[in-house]
Amino acid sequence: MNTKIHTKEEIFNILSEIPDPEIPVINIFDLGILRAVILDDMLCTVLITPTYSGCPAMKVIEDDIKIKLNAIGISNLKVELVYSPAWTTDWLNESAKEKLRIYGIAPPNHSSIDKGLLMGKVRELNCPQCGSLNTNIISQFGSTACKALYRCNNCLEPFDYFKCF
Amino acid sequence: MDIQQAKFEYLLRLGDSSLIIGHRLSEWCGHGPILEEDIALINIALDFVGNANSLLTYAAQVEGKNRTADDLAYLRNERDYRNLLLTELPNGDYACTLARQFLYDVYTFYLYEALKNSKDDTIAAIAVKSHKEITYHLRHTTEWIYRLGDGTAESHQRLQTAFNDIWMYVPDLFDMDAVDQLLINEGIAVDLDSIKNSWNKRVNEVILEATLLIPTTAIKQKGSREGKHSEHLGFLLAEMQCIARSYPGATW
Repeated sequence: MNTKIHTKEEIFNILSEIPDPEIPVINIFDLGILRAVILDDMLCTVLITPTYSGCPAMKVIEDDIKIKLNAIGISNLKVELVYSPAWTTDWLNESAKEKLRIYGIAPPNHSSIDKGLLMGKVRELNCPQCGSLNTNIISQFGSTACKALYRCNNCLEPFDYFKCF
Repeated sequence: MDIQQAKFEYLLRLGDSSLIIGHRLSEWCGHGPILEEDIALINIALDFVGNANSLLTYAAQVEGKNRTADDLAYLRNERDYRNLLLTELPNGDYACTLARQFLYDVYTFYLYEALKNSKDDTIAAIAVKSHKEITYHLRHTTEWIYRLGDGTAESHQRLQTAFNDIWMYVPDLFDMDAVDQLLINEGIAVDLDSIKNSWNKRVNEVILEATLLIPTTAIKQKGSREGKHSEHLGFLLAEMQCIARSYPGATW
């Protein structure tokens, strides 16, 4: 079997390069979706975790993983969804947050542990275009499940905020 | 009835409620009163359908009869559905949708919070994930209850009428039977009596703050645990299942 040629670390690194289908500036490793690769005899199992329960990108990511592995000769594979530990934006590292900001999406700006913020406490958010703190929320729900919609009152541009979750 | 059968039944109750309310909300797609609300409702619908997929996938696995989540969603008739009566009620006007959603969001907020401690690891893991989503839903609907209740004379009246009309379906939320009892003893299911006070308190606070009256009614509708539904569910399923039944096994 070809799986013997690649170590699981190599496979993990190759899969890490897969971009998120909806926010292509960050990859599925940055996002914390890719959890683990398990090599067991003939079978290569890839564990991924969904961001939101109904995130439609998960199916695309699953297909991308299959295509990537097929391309390096691995065909006996399984992509498994794991729910625990539950995905959180706390897993996004600083470099991923910076990539989001440059792309025009305000990155999550506090820890998901602060439930007060989730229930209505407001924290100031920098506009990713001009940096102004003079911003306000338009809607808790945005173009994808993981984003909220904001507006900058300084440069007058609307922008997405990657919700803290 | 053994634990496996009870667990299958319990998972259907949770999963079906999510699926049906998710489908109801999806009917708003392209019809929301403003663009942001259209997007918000569809995001919420997506969370529910995703949650239903997780629960029904696990239900099929527990049942062990080679059925899939899709089989359970598309190939069961209304008497086999176990969703709460509240979830199948028609959308009506925007006040009706929000009143229904608010009562359900408060319910799932406390239910899933308690399910995080389920001794069934898969149910607990799904609950942890869903509870984060539900917290956002509840915040959103609560804001709208304030806005419409304490808004114009017309929005106030419409929301009050909406709450009055659906109040008789509240007892169904907290109904329990032998399935619940068996699984409560195993530490898998939530004793609904334990969340009832929290539900009442939160719902009453918000309704009063929104300058509305707490409805009263002598009519108590129940029956979802046995698959006894309102006349609305059949029509919903006819639409939701039409393609899957007309073209069995179709893929695209």
